[in-house]
Amino acid sequence: MIRLEHVHRVFQVGEQKVHALNDLMLHIGLGEYLSIMGPSGSGKSTLLNILGILDRSTSGQYLLDGTDVTSLTDDQQARTRREKIGFVFQFFHLVPRLTAEQNIELPLVLAGVSPAERKARTGRVLQAVGLEARAHHRPEELSGGQRQRVAIARATIMEPAVLLADEPTGNLDSASGKEVIEILEQLNRKGIILIVVTHDPEIGGRARRRIRLVDGRIISDISGHEKP
Amino acid sequence: MRSGDILRFSLGALQGNRVRTMLMLLAMSIGVAAVVLLTAVGEGARLFVVNEFASLGTNLLIVLPGRSETAGIGPSSFMGETPRDLTIRDAMALVRHSAVRRVAPLNVGEVHVSWRQREREVPVIGSTSELLAIRHWKMAQGRFLPPGDPELAAPLCVIGAKVRKELFGPHPALGEMMSIGDRRCRVIGIMGSEGRSIGLDVEELVILPVASAQMLFNTNTLFRILVEAKSREAIPRIKTHILSTIRKRHQGEEDVTVITQDAVLATFDRIFRALTLTVAGVAGISLGVAGILTMNVMLITVSQRTAEIGLLKALGAHRRQILVLILTEAGVLSLVGALLGLAIGEIGSLVIGRIYPALPVSAPWWAIAAALGVAIVTGLTFSVLPARRAARLDPVQALSHR
Ligand SMILES: Nc1ncnc2c1ncn2[C@@H]1O[C@H](COP(=O)(O)OP(=O)(O)O)[C@@H](O)[C@H]1O
Ligand SMILES: [Mg+2]
Repeated sequence: MIRLEHVHRVFQVGEQKVHALNDLMLHIGLGEYLSIMGPSGSGKSTLLNILGILDRSTSGQYLLDGTDVTSLTDDQQARTRREKIGFVFQFFHLVPRLTAEQNIELPLVLAGVSPAERKARTGRVLQAVGLEARAHHRPEELSGGQRQRVAIARATIMEPAVLLADEPTGNLDSASGKEVIEILEQLNRKGIILIVVTHDPEIGGRARRRIRLVDGRIISDISGHEKP
Repeated sequence: MRSGDILRFSLGALQGNRVRTMLMLLAMSIGVAAVVLLTAVGEGARLFVVNEFASLGTNLLIVLPGRSETAGIGPSSFMGETPRDLTIRDAMALVRHSAVRRVAPLNVGEVHVSWRQREREVPVIGSTSELLAIRHWKMAQGRFLPPGDPELAAPLCVIGAKVRKELFGPHPALGEMMSIGDRRCRVIGIMGSEGRSIGLDVEELVILPVASAQMLFNTNTLFRILVEAKSREAIPRIKTHILSTIRKRHQGEEDVTVITQDAVLATFDRIFRALTLTVAGVAGISLGVAGILTMNVMLITVSQRTAEIGLLKALGAHRRQILVLILTEAGVLSLVGALLGLAIGEIGSLVIGRIYPALPVSAPWWAIAAALGVAIVTGLTFSVLPARRAARLDPVQALSHR
């Protein structure tokens, strides 16, 4: 489903080149549950951004569902992002003036889906994240955990194949963090590819496949369960 | 994206930042109001002058003694060699042309009038029965000067409403004899109060048969001859007819000047139109300023909403959608601002119209259309740059923008 071949991402910072990703090779199959861990600055976010087509690799190949993403035009990339990828961010990134429901339906609005169908679909995902009662609340009226659940609902409304979460619990207390992770895992059980970047070893350890990044390279890639 | 959703999203964004929205509406509406108001006043002044001239009469030619190189009313017509005088017979000779509808000789002076103990210094006009129709005047009571031989000095007069009031007070004036200079005349008519023309207010006039006026002023010349053409097209022909007739009568000297009222009117019309355009141009600059303000505000908008734009891109919005969203915001702002400005301008025009009732203050349709068009076009053009900047934002960096 996802193939990264010899992917490099080099940032030019003044005179210096920062090799954020260094000759990365990564294959991810259908329905996998991955955690990416590593020290700060090791390239975790960069990797996730490239997987989410928010960023382009400097060199190397990225095949998503058989198509070479790097060869797509801007608009085709935007479309792929909208249809195949869901993003969950550390800082939620909800639009403050919009209600939970309006935030969730944004991808559908961008896709030109009719209001009636939007209503039905937002209703379903709101139920899935347990926020039916909060549909008409604005983000400021919601707790951190609830906000992140709205963000997850928004990320899944297009029924994407891949769900990318960059430190989704980084801004939450451990109880709501656990709730959020459980919702994400539940989505994974229904077949979505789940990739979670985290600092928290406990959360990282829950994934079936665990990747460790250091200085833009994968130093370990462990599948199956082990005792921490 | 559906157009309804685009509009709803933009309106939501506008409501989300009221200060910015108000600022832009203010800038836009002041610009548009300035254009509407200034052109309304300019156009009002133009119409005022045009109407004044039109009240002189239509299809009019004015013959004055003396040659003037430039066809205008100026001191040049009174300078140079002493011209031969215009006479009543000259005026009568001008009637003999198929395209001439009416001819009225004109004499003007200032005379002492009195009735019983009341007296007054009034402007006096000597003319013939034709003057009434040429000037489109109306009678309030009695009748105007009777038709007949203009060389006959009948002791008759027609007086203006104000003269009647000041001289006769509550007494009926019609049929009374009043003193005029060292002569006497019988009041046979009183002028209606409407009808103003440049310099002379009908209400203050006393009108005599031209021959009587000549005796009064102790002269046998005329001040002007008014010639009314049957049609506008005939004016050039009549001008030639006047000049050749006078030349014949004045031993080959073409010592008169013929002013066509159209020429005077056209000159004033041009001057005032130029003035209005200038003023509109100045106001247009304020629209330009509004446009630049729009650009700045939209740039601030884009940088304030960088994270939101990054989010939209992360959710799969492509460049064109971002562009359309930002431009819709700008378009809505400009349109509402322009309409607001139009309303302010119209209200301002009404107020000025109340204060100066003589000025027909009203913005011409082209100024309104131009102001609205320019407002919307500047609002949009000046927002293209910010919108493109938004569309080009890198989603990763935009999202991390706090
Ligand atoms: N836009 C950028 N410009 C320059 N350097 C960047 C940029 N984004 C990331 N980097 C650098 O790339 C490296 C990896 O960053 P990142 O992927 O954010 O790390 P992580 O998410 O693992 O903390 C870091 O050294 C960081 O400074
Ligand atoms: Mg990071």
